[in-house]
Amino acid sequence: MSTTVRIPTILRTYTNGEAEVAAAGANLQEVINDLEANYPGIAARVLDDSGQLRRFVNIYVNDDDVRFIDGLASATADGAQISIIPAVAGG
Amino acid sequence: MSLPPLVEPNVELSVDEVRRYSRHLIIPDVGMAGQKRLNHAKVLCVGAGGLGSPALMYLAAAGVGTLGIVEFDVVDESNLQRQIIHGQSDIGRSKAESARDTVNQINPLVTVNLHEERLDSSNVMDLFAQYDLIVDGTDNFATRYLVNDACVLLGKPYVWGSIYRFDGQASVFWAEHGPCYRCLYPEPPPPGMVPSCAEGGVLGVLCASIGSIQVTEAIKLITGIGETLLGKLMIYDALDMNYRKVRIRKDPECAVCGEHPTVTELIDYEAFCGTISDEAAEAAKDSTISVVDLKRLLDARDRGEDDFVLIDVREPNEYEIVSIPGSVLIPKGQFLDGSALALLPHEKRVILHCKLGGRSAEALAVVKGAGFGDAVHVGGGVLAWVNQIEPEKPTY
Repeated sequence: MSTTVRIPTILRTYTNGEAEVAAAGANLQEVINDLEANYPGIAARVLDDSGQLRRFVNIYVNDDDVRFIDGLASATADGAQISIIPAVAGG
Repeated sequence: MSLPPLVEPNVELSVDEVRRYSRHLIIPDVGMAGQKRLNHAKVLCVGAGGLGSPALMYLAAAGVGTLGIVEFDVVDESNLQRQIIHGQSDIGRSKAESARDTVNQINPLVTVNLHEERLDSSNVMDLFAQYDLIVDGTDNFATRYLVNDACVLLGKPYVWGSIYRFDGQASVFWAEHGPCYRCLYPEPPPPGMVPSCAEGGVLGVLCASIGSIQVTEAIKLITGIGETLLGKLMIYDALDMNYRKVRIRKDPECAVCGEHPTVTELIDYEAFCGTISDEAAEAAKDSTISVVDLKRLLDARDRGEDDFVLIDVREPNEYEIVSIPGSVLIPKGQFLDGSALALLPHEKRVILHCKLGGRSAEALAVVKGAGFGDAVHVGGGVLAWVNQIEPEKPTY
């Protein structure tokens, strides 16, 4: 499935400055794999060493935080809008 | 979700107050009752910096009767690009006092309480208990988790905002009625992984974009009007110029407000968030030199009596602002991904530095792990260098 992924400023060094990129996959894990194939290094910023979602990064599929649905197995329908929302503390 | 007004309207407005707040009073949703609620409200702003500046100024103008300011820092020239509550003549002054003076200038009817201390587990509960609502304008994860946990334990609403470069986030946390900060971010990032504004920069006006959202939410909570951001996260992207809202759910597993909380009293937040990683702290132990040591080593190298490579691990735009003579630039990211290691000479000692010493300690851990046992880093970084060795150079 083709999805669009919103990239936060902090991760745009991996996407050549692009704020939104396309990625394919039937679920979030596949989308992240596809992102990593095109933008090497980005997966490690959202997944920990054991491949789990990092606890200070939230990923939304449309309006749903995947932690409250199926995590990395969350389905990503065609046209889904995926948002990566990292914790920032500046003020 | 609609919430009941936080504050009772049991004060009377004077003639002066009616005149001053007339543009509020003629809005039917606010009216006399809403303005009285604002007048009777006690709001604590944690930090009088980037977010605290516009927040305090608009809270004051709106007629919030009592404003508390928690701030221990002094005004620095580099604050003025965004901290608009302070001005040129305030450089070197207490931020709390400077902020109070601006608030008094905007609205002398506001009572201002200064709390010129660092917020920590020992003082936060007594402090927060004196206020109806907490507005968070701090700049680090440790304080944000401290503020959240204290608000949950005291049942206070927590108006949260956070900024970095061109991105901002804002929400309202209130465990009695919805999620808390830990429901959104259960754990802080490991030290070194997420740069601060001092390290990564922030667009000054972003403070106004997010600070004004925080004040809007505070006013809505106090007066009980509209739909607040409770249970929703507002995400602002200044480059794209868009605001998006996503849902935040209350996490039944939340460590502090969940069904089986494991955090039932305040914890050690510095330890919870760390300042540098354990690996970096271990690497830097007994392998830290001072800028005075570095000057001596550089002079010896100039005389041909010593040889080493001095590596600046900051970013190119920081290097452009100020650098130590004789240093070469290899940003920290290249140490973390390993690519920098191939660039290091095996026959020479490696000396690392950054802005303050945090990033160079992280890089040092990588370098030592790769077998460069005699590598060291410079405590205090380029700021200490300018302070002690080349005071004519700029700092940032």
